[in-house]
Amino acid sequence: MAAPSNNPPLLEVKNLRVEFPTRRGTLLAVDDVSFDIAPGEVLGVVGESGAGKSLTGNAIIGLLEPPGRIAGGEVRLEGRRIDDLPYEEMRKVRGAKIGAIFQDPLTSLNPLYSVGRQLVETIQTHLPLSAGQARTRALDLLKEVGIPAAESRIDHYPHQFSGGMRQRVVIALALCADPRLIVADEPTTALDVSIQAQIIALLKRLCREHKTAVMLVTHDMGVIAETADRVAVMYAGRIVEIGPVRDVVKHAKHPYTKGLMGSIPSLGIRHDRLTQIDGAMPRLTEIPPGCAFNPRCTERGRRCLGERPDLMAAGATRAACWLHERGGVGTAVTKELADA
Amino acid sequence: MLAFILRRLLQSIAVLLTVGLVAFALFRYVGDPINAMVGQDTSMEERETLREKLGLNDPAPIQFLVFIGNAARGKFGLSYRTSEPVGRMILERVPATLELSICAALFALLVGVPMGVYTGLYPRHWLSQLFQAVSLIGISLPTFLIGILLILIFAVWLRLLPSFGRGETVDLGWWTTNFLTWKGIQALILPSITLGLFQLTLLMRLVRSEMLEVMRTDYIKFARARGLTNRAINFGHALKNTLVPVITVAGLQLGAIIAFAIVTETVFAWPGVGQLFIQSVQFADIPVMAAYLLLIGLLFVLINLTVDLLYFAVDPRLRGQGMARPAGH
Amino acid sequence: MAVVVADWLKRAADSDIWWSFKSSPLTIAATAVTLLIVALAFLSPVLAPHTPFDPATLSLSDGLRPPALLSADGDWTYPLGTDEQGRDVLSSIMYGTRLSLVVGLASVVVAMLLGITLGLVSGYFGGTIDAVIMRIADVQLTFPAILVALLIDGIVRSVISVKRHDEIALFVIVGAIGLSFWVQYARTVRGSVMVEKNKEYVQAARVIGLSPPLIMVRHVLPNVTGPVLVIATINLGLAIITEATLSFLGVGLPPTEPSLGTLIRLGNEVLQSGDWWITVFPGVTLAALVLAVNLLGDWLRDALNPKLR
Repeated sequence: MAAPSNNPPLLEVKNLRVEFPTRRGTLLAVDDVSFDIAPGEVLGVVGESGAGKSLTGNAIIGLLEPPGRIAGGEVRLEGRRIDDLPYEEMRKVRGAKIGAIFQDPLTSLNPLYSVGRQLVETIQTHLPLSAGQARTRALDLLKEVGIPAAESRIDHYPHQFSGGMRQRVVIALALCADPRLIVADEPTTALDVSIQAQIIALLKRLCREHKTAVMLVTHDMGVIAETADRVAVMYAGRIVEIGPVRDVVKHAKHPYTKGLMGSIPSLGIRHDRLTQIDGAMPRLTEIPPGCAFNPRCTERGRRCLGERPDLMAAGATRAACWLHERGGVGTAVTKELADA
Repeated sequence: MLAFILRRLLQSIAVLLTVGLVAFALFRYVGDPINAMVGQDTSMEERETLREKLGLNDPAPIQFLVFIGNAARGKFGLSYRTSEPVGRMILERVPATLELSICAALFALLVGVPMGVYTGLYPRHWLSQLFQAVSLIGISLPTFLIGILLILIFAVWLRLLPSFGRGETVDLGWWTTNFLTWKGIQALILPSITLGLFQLTLLMRLVRSEMLEVMRTDYIKFARARGLTNRAINFGHALKNTLVPVITVAGLQLGAIIAFAIVTETVFAWPGVGQLFIQSVQFADIPVMAAYLLLIGLLFVLINLTVDLLYFAVDPRLRGQGMARPAGH
Repeated sequence: MAVVVADWLKRAADSDIWWSFKSSPLTIAATAVTLLIVALAFLSPVLAPHTPFDPATLSLSDGLRPPALLSADGDWTYPLGTDEQGRDVLSSIMYGTRLSLVVGLASVVVAMLLGITLGLVSGYFGGTIDAVIMRIADVQLTFPAILVALLIDGIVRSVISVKRHDEIALFVIVGAIGLSFWVQYARTVRGSVMVEKNKEYVQAARVIGLSPPLIMVRHVLPNVTGPVLVIATINLGLAIITEATLSFLGVGLPPTEPSLGTLIRLGNEVLQSGDWWITVFPGVTLAALVLAVNLLGDWLRDALNPKLR
């Protein structure tokens, strides 16, 4: 469970920036994001919708939807740079080295082809197997992800499966070529609560068995706490805190992370009452100068209004907050907020 | 599936009955069958006897049934204009219209769909933009104008192709065909292009927008994430998913082609059913109008049924209806 | 209605529509072409160089002159040439366009009023009335509009005499085209009424005793102005084409009162001899008019509904 720290990282993301040109100017949706994922490690990426977490995932698999584009930084997989690969080269990486799981299993599968066909075509794209061998592998995968009566179900069409079963098929599809990394974008959000735990448990077990690393993108802190080794918290396009999951959950250093943890009832931590963060995340067009979180922050000071903090060591984690730098936040600016 | 087909069959019969009712009302109440059969000097008594004999004094529902029964056997009475049996007049002209319509439909399908696929896959390519511009013009040009321009260029100025009639046809006894002589085939070219061009642009635009729509879906994105080749994604996954709406519209358009044959046949003096219909409208030849209406109604219903059956071949979600429920977790 | 339109225009100006208009050169060009053609058409009594359908001004010796640019003496009396009876083609086109526009606009209005009324009735009352109206709509939609219009025209012809038909041809055509294009409006309005009628404010309006027609006109109509306007613009092009086609087929407007379609038909009769200008110039005018109107319709649809393309 502990993060293997000495191995060279499987995935390195350095100073990644994702832009969206729009009518009213260019929006910076992912702003200078850096992190590593070690082989076999599960990194949770958490944040509100619009924080840039899904875009980060899409940028890594090279499937940003136009007009979105990578505007800076680099992404390396096993030391090889992949963010600037030509389409055809990147295609060979996708599915083979990096698998992906999307949010909605109901729409991820082509309704007109049987699941067997979709598995076989993916396997044969990446592995030199005959049709018969590919079908055998497809069957094994279906069994592995827990589809009952896989032999008969393999020729069924997606609409004949329930949502949970379809997400299992999607996971099997992601595992077709035994990738080193899986980018799972909100894999349980569209599912019933009772199914969510099963899918998370399955994902966790498979990745342990296959030694596959996972970048788990979600807004559900509960899922992260249960699954991830490390967690990165994103806010308004930036990582505001990153560290081992226990430390982030129990001893959050960034005021935003603290607020996030305080708002979750299910983490087994004693709260006299659930807290909530006042206000909402700013739109990308209206990010304030200084720390993007400052309008909602209960501990903000002068410095937060003018200077933007980078990630800095803060106990066992790294947080982007002036509280953890010698200079501090400066004089407090709003008494009312701090008292609230 | 059987229930679905039965339901569709019932709907078709309902449509046919409605069309039949309109045709009957036309035949019986708008036109006066007696006036058409007798001279000016026939006395009222003679007319009344004839009326009784023909069953025109029977209750309307019975007359309707008789009318439908006759129609089913191809009996539509005599044309007001030529006094020939309407059924035979129409039957003689069916091959001309069908051959023209089929050529036009094939032209529209074989050119329009590939153009649509191309513009859908590469919307920003200059060729796509050209196709788009041409299609917009094609959709704004009335069919008859296209025909006239083609005649002007290819028949009057260049003298390459004939501008009217079927050219040489071969009589097979029950069918006359253009396909067996070079002159017949030449005569088909301009009318087919004229008739097919509008449907071609329509199909192209439809396929394009469906293609763009499908390319944005999650399963295409997921197919990319699985690392499938562009070829597999474009032609295996995307194209097949555009088929369902394309089949619907192509079916409807086949009906429209047969209807618009009226215009093309007029421009090219093509001796088909449409030309007959226009003459019947000009002369208020009610029996021919009624018969044509029924014929077109029948054709449309048949086309719609075929389209429904094609869905089953394409979309497994329909095939599965009723027998395979989603299994539990 | 005027209030509704004014209100809608006001909202439109505030929204992105104006922006979308300004940023599309094609749309601006289409608007310019439409306005130009409309202006030339409606000012034809003032602007046209000749009055082509006044027999007194015609002389057969002027017949079949080619367009000025091509004629040997470059005679600009007849810029686009003359037909075989010596009528000025340019003037014929201007008068013909006016007629085509009038028929097109009038039949769109007829279709719109009919469709909106039937849609409101169908959606508001539901039950049998709804079922009957919608089944008729289904059956009619199975048939292309041109066929329906032809049929209606044929029926009218058999009821009245041919001479009488020529006198009222304009109304027959407007009615026939109007009757063949109502379905789309009715479906749109009905759908909107179904959604709105169960909303609380409509219930409330009913409780305070407003009559159903008043509720529908005041509360439901404003919601469908946008879509109805889009359908109307797109149908205007179709209606103009349909009129031209009917006239070309010889069942539309008579030669004494020729629209663009009639002009094209008359020219087509002498096309084989190579006198192309009699046909081609009205044809180009018709195509330009319909293309411009279609472009406007496309743009309006996109601007009002960014999700559709």
